[in-house]
Amino acid sequence: MAAITLHINGSERKVDVAPETPLLWVLRDTLELTGTKFGCGAGLCGACTVHVDGAPVRSCSTPVSQVAAKDIITIEGLSANGSHPLQLAWIEEQVPQCGYCQTGQIMAAAALLAKTPQPSDEQITQAMSGNLCRCGTYDRIRRAVQRAAGAGGAR
Amino acid sequence: MNPLSRRDFLTAGVAAGAGLVIGFYLPHGSSSAKDTFAPNAYLKIAPDGKITIVVARSEMGQGVRTSLPMILAEELEADWKQISIEQAGASTLYGDQTTGGSASVRTTWDPMRRAGAAAREMLISAAALEWGVPRSSCKAEKSAVVHAASSRRLTYGQLTSKASAQPIPTDVPLKQAKDYQIVGKPVRRLDVPSKVDGRAVFGIDFRLAGMKYAVLARCPVIGGKVASFDDKESRKISGVGYVGKISDSAVVVVADSVWTALEGRRTLDVQWDEGPNKDLNSAAIFESLKKSVSNKAVSLYSNGDVSKVSGRRIEAEYQLPLMAHAAMEPGNCTAHFRGSSCELWAPTQVPQDVRDSVAQAIGLDPDQVKVNVTLMGGGFGRRLEHDYGVEAALVSKAANAPVKVLWTREDDMRNSTYRPASYHKLSAVLDGQGWPVAFSHRIVAPSISAQKGLPTPNGVDPDLPDEAALIYSFPAAAVEYVMTETPVPLGWMRSVYALQAGFANESFIDELALAAKKDPFEYRMHLLSKDEDIKYFDTVWHTARMRGVLQLAAEKAGWGKALPAGHCQGIACFGCFSTYMAEVVEITMENDQPVVHRVVAAMDCGQVVNPNILEQQIKGAIVYALTNALRAQITIDKGRVVQGNFDDYAPIRMNHAPLIEAYSVASTEAPMGAGEPPVPPLAPALCNAIFAATKKRIRALPILS
Repeated sequence: MAAITLHINGSERKVDVAPETPLLWVLRDTLELTGTKFGCGAGLCGACTVHVDGAPVRSCSTPVSQVAAKDIITIEGLSANGSHPLQLAWIEEQVPQCGYCQTGQIMAAAALLAKTPQPSDEQITQAMSGNLCRCGTYDRIRRAVQRAAGAGGAR
Repeated sequence: MNPLSRRDFLTAGVAAGAGLVIGFYLPHGSSSAKDTFAPNAYLKIAPDGKITIVVARSEMGQGVRTSLPMILAEELEADWKQISIEQAGASTLYGDQTTGGSASVRTTWDPMRRAGAAAREMLISAAALEWGVPRSSCKAEKSAVVHAASSRRLTYGQLTSKASAQPIPTDVPLKQAKDYQIVGKPVRRLDVPSKVDGRAVFGIDFRLAGMKYAVLARCPVIGGKVASFDDKESRKISGVGYVGKISDSAVVVVADSVWTALEGRRTLDVQWDEGPNKDLNSAAIFESLKKSVSNKAVSLYSNGDVSKVSGRRIEAEYQLPLMAHAAMEPGNCTAHFRGSSCELWAPTQVPQDVRDSVAQAIGLDPDQVKVNVTLMGGGFGRRLEHDYGVEAALVSKAANAPVKVLWTREDDMRNSTYRPASYHKLSAVLDGQGWPVAFSHRIVAPSISAQKGLPTPNGVDPDLPDEAALIYSFPAAAVEYVMTETPVPLGWMRSVYALQAGFANESFIDELALAAKKDPFEYRMHLLSKDEDIKYFDTVWHTARMRGVLQLAAEKAGWGKALPAGHCQGIACFGCFSTYMAEVVEITMENDQPVVHRVVAAMDCGQVVNPNILEQQIKGAIVYALTNALRAQITIDKGRVVQGNFDDYAPIRMNHAPLIEAYSVASTEAPMGAGEPPVPPLAPALCNAIFAATKKRIRALPILS
């Protein structure tokens, strides 16, 4: 076990966990931030996507010790009250079905728009193809990303 | 696991149009709060006007937490903005709560409408009494009763006490479709806001104070058992608590976090007794299916005598593999055993089965077991099983603590209940013009229900009536079923046998069209050209409605018109869960592999309750079906499931998702299934497109094997 200080959603959080513990389980079990989901545990599905220093990262395959000094944002910290342009676009386009993968999808999309505020179709496909959705919501995800980009999604 | 599954009763009930109005009305005075108007188990109206509608089906993405309340709210004449929902757990008030068989809307359509209408009539009576005017001069609208002549208005909230005193009407007038204000509108889903900010609580997210986390080491060989285990290393890990055998085939590790439990399992040393299936492999499974084709069959449908028809005979055989549901949320369940009671928080499609199986497993009565239903990160039929619930209860009892049992992706993939592999022999006789005068289809597959010890009346798996229909009328036809056995655990997966039956039938129809040198669309239209009713078990299929969706899909897809260079189309139609479906798939071939560019889908499911949700269901089912067609395959080697994660069982991602257009036929017929019917036509339409492009006929799935 090791005492680690994390910077999550703008706050400092101290945790005492085995240093090799994946960030995902520290978020979910220790810090009760369950918006970040477990899908595969192997970096294959994107359900666990969070931002580390602004980049989309698979928290299921990231040892917590690697991100101690870094700025971590989870879906709970993406906006104060669900008002990120992507979250609003996700509602406007009625994207979610079961919704399980959607927080990871939104985090992947937010990282894309932060870097590329007006992505082409191809850029959207490339950025979003790491995230699986078994409900098959891909067309509405694309529309929502485009809508948010149009509304200034780079915020 | 338990012979009390309700799915078979459900399908039978639906087919018979029996409805499920059981234990529906609550006695007066059972209102949960004073002055609340609660005329039945589905509805509560509070004095402040808040309307709560109980959803007695499980939300797994298909939108029941929105579509079912819409049905009640419509008849209630409610203001939709005042509606909130309550999720029912396992109960005795709602009849069968199984969520499956594309049945949620079709089985609740009548009871939900009647519940809303009865409440509306009671509210109108209360207002009329209050004003001393005839009922007939009062009207309900937007959560209020109005008396136009005197411009008076009382809200439902103001009427709760008086309405509660009104007799519950038994025969209530129902609205006509033309007057619908809510049903048929693309109403936004009530659950979406909580699904974009992390608030939504899925089974895996639910937590109790002091809760432990558990993972199980399960025998990797189907049917194998635990011989012995050594937990010395596991126990050295700080945070690992209880370790023990939890069933014949599994050892559980309980810990204070998921990661610690996983580490405990990684260091656990289990010796397995691999049992009788240790040499089982996929080749043997298919060999056995193929051999069984000449076994005794039962008749599912017969018309005329196919054996007496002579002429040009065409035959073909098709084969489909085992598949896994692979919902995004892996298996899990939370349980708290408290000696004389047990409470569960289960992402389940069958809360009542979970209750009954858990009670049996831990030695309690069903009424000592409370099952709460959480949101599900997909179901697709996997959560029609009860294994996760039983495991969680057993572990909570053994560890004497509230416990969440979690399955990893590999646990989920390798301990699923798989879509059965199947083999199909089709045969037809064509007349001089190339039209089929005899058609037969022999389905060879194990029975999911039989394997689970559920009834299979007359040797027929109870799913086949809903899922293996014949949608064309032939002068002579026979659909037969050979029931086989397999040690591979089987389960109901989205569209169940309709995927297999539809693939075989609709591929073969294309083969017949080719043999007749006719256009595949025109060929089907000809076979459906006469208005006929085809009775298949308790469902009557109307050729006119099938023709309607086929025509619509072909028109929207531009069938027969010039396509971009290299593009080819394939078409298929099928009916299951009483819904009619047709699809056109447009592809190019690149490096001998199909690239799917566009899918045009047309559905006739009767009255559409919510077009927003219906579009989701159609498009989502097509993406799901595309994975099935192209890649989904579970293989067995040395008695073990080979695939483990999303690398070797790889669902379609955005970069391979085609443009999908979804159309539905305007209809005021009673609503039928929507979540599964779009699945079956996709694979045959795709293979028919591949044939159009390559002249190669694919008779075994997956396409990319």
